[in-house]
Amino acid sequence: MGHALADDKYGVTSSPHHGPTLQVRDLSVEYVLESGIVVAVDKVSFDVNAGEFLAIVGESGCGKSTLLFGIAQLLNPPAEISGGSVTFQGRNLVKLSDKDLAAVRWSDMSVVMQSAMNALNPVTSVGAQFRDAMRAHGVSSQDLIAERSAEVLRMVGIDPVHLKSYPHQLSGGMRQRSMIAMAMLFTPELVIMDEPTSALDVVAQRSLMAQIRDLQQEFGFAVIFVTHDMSLVSHYSNRLMVMYAGQVSEVGPTRKLFDSPHHPYTVGLMEAFPSIRGPRLRLTGIPGNPPDLARPPAGCRFAPRCPEVMPRCVTDPPPQYRVEDTLVRCFLSENAGGAQ
Amino acid sequence: MTDVTTESAHQYDPPTSEPLLRVEGMSRHFRIGSAISRTTLHAVDDATFTVGDRQIVAVAGESGSGKSTVARVLAKIYKPTSGEIYFQGKPLSSIRSRRAKLAYSGQAPMVFQDPFSSINPVFRVSHGVLRALKLHRPELTSQQRYDEAVRVFDAVGLNPGGEVLQRYPHELSGGQRQRVGFAQALAMRPKLILADEPVSMLDVSIRVGLLNLMAKLRDTEGVSIIYITHDLASARYVSDRLIVMYAGHVVETGPAEEVLGNPRHPYTELLVAAAPDPRAPLNASAEAERGEPPKVIDPTPGCRFRWRCPLAIDECHRVTPTLREMGPDHSAACHVAQPGAATGAFQ
Repeated sequence: MGHALADDKYGVTSSPHHGPTLQVRDLSVEYVLESGIVVAVDKVSFDVNAGEFLAIVGESGCGKSTLLFGIAQLLNPPAEISGGSVTFQGRNLVKLSDKDLAAVRWSDMSVVMQSAMNALNPVTSVGAQFRDAMRAHGVSSQDLIAERSAEVLRMVGIDPVHLKSYPHQLSGGMRQRSMIAMAMLFTPELVIMDEPTSALDVVAQRSLMAQIRDLQQEFGFAVIFVTHDMSLVSHYSNRLMVMYAGQVSEVGPTRKLFDSPHHPYTVGLMEAFPSIRGPRLRLTGIPGNPPDLARPPAGCRFAPRCPEVMPRCVTDPPPQYRVEDTLVRCFLSENAGGAQ
Repeated sequence: MTDVTTESAHQYDPPTSEPLLRVEGMSRHFRIGSAISRTTLHAVDDATFTVGDRQIVAVAGESGSGKSTVARVLAKIYKPTSGEIYFQGKPLSSIRSRRAKLAYSGQAPMVFQDPFSSINPVFRVSHGVLRALKLHRPELTSQQRYDEAVRVFDAVGLNPGGEVLQRYPHELSGGQRQRVGFAQALAMRPKLILADEPVSMLDVSIRVGLLNLMAKLRDTEGVSIIYITHDLASARYVSDRLIVMYAGHVVETGPAEEVLGNPRHPYTELLVAAAPDPRAPLNASAEAERGEPPKVIDPTPGCRFRWRCPLAIDECHRVTPTLREMGPDHSAACHVAQPGAATGAFQ
């Protein structure tokens, strides 16, 4: 445990030779609406190390997709970054010009979107879309483009003849795999994935997760994987970050979160989905609904739904407390460690 | 209890007491393509099963397995291409008049997948339920209709019913809207609710509440529910019986706990092995499986899972397997499967 390292505070132990691939510090994203300002992402900080698989889970409206778009600098009005930094390869992406960003995007950091059906252009072949991406980054040799395109498709288990195929000729799983192939064109350091498996069936989901893990082991890129289904990532992610109402409620090693969750929201999520094995237990889910972010609760944002709510939770927003290598935003963890 | 699900349509013996719903060799085909290259998509082929009183029956399968087509045929949105469906002993094909259709849709209403598009956004939520009551239970006075609407809203956990009735759909969360869907169905005093993926668009923390509601409706209101889903874990959680479909065929059926605990069909085994479960170790053979369900266009005889099945034998390529008994009330359509032991195709 590298206690002396500054990053240790964010639940990360960096190896001495490599700094984190991505450092997010106090990132806030606001939606500026006529009715007021909605803070969708509220001072979120975390690191992603080289070759690490970080899963971000949360319910719809918790800000997980907005956070992703904030990291990739893909936000459109009315959303805008209102504070904080995103440091990738030593540069703060928030301050970069569009031209500089264009050089980083896809070659060093690529994004796999949720719906491959919409992310692929329906009127051009898969190969043509690969070619566009490579040309945009200055690769002009036809041979090189053809060679690399075939190579990445083979990497994800698709026959390169499908470079000539149009998206509608591929199945859902193949489309999603070709999106991942496209993200691999320049062997990036970081691949950001926004629910890439949500449109797929269980069997296809499982094989896609295995594929991502195998590619990651081979090429060593880091992955940020956003999902609403925490059981899906349980066997694949190194660290798990649970978001609630725009904030990080708990982040730590995946296995530890599953074995001993600290935050009542994480506990509730774990007990919300039935299991296919083991005893058939009656579950309760989490009563209530997430808060309206235009009027967030004054204290802890989970307080209105929390089974262990205390008087101070309603008035004071809890800071993040450290419990071993996990960070927990809950007063119940106060005595387990010091505030950050 | 007499149960006909363990027998194929061809060797069917009439049961001593008629179940609530009996589906007999039901098929639904769709003709696709132009006049020159006409082909037929077999969405459902030869489905046979029953639903008893106060029973939740889950129909599970991947997309394209035909599970939603089953629901739509049962709702009389589609006519079956062949086969017959008996509701309380009466064949559905005999329901022709407007009046009879109305009565049937009140006894077997449908709850849809998407709570965001299945409620009219310009009216208060009371509109849908009061209108349905006026249509299906004309004997009630306006005050009785309102009281009944409050009762069903309270019954599905929209408390206080009188207040929630006055809200507009956009003022409700996804989980609450789906409860409105169940309340509308319940208002018609149904015998059978056809629920097509009712929780798949809801957040994880909300889902269990809806599943518990389905169990409550079965226990306190005495309705049966056909629960169409792709999520085996939720099927196990809430349903009494499970029907597993693959490419239009019913491949395995039986008590939910028994089918998932002791799957006999290799496809059910694959689904169980691939289900994400943080409490179980990874299953390597399910990870390696890269196949996809076929589109069933002008099929030739044979098992439709044969291209993905590691155990496929000659017979699987020639003869379509029918449901065979694998245990008490538990049957599977597989040439290789044997009673008493898993095939081990994906272990």
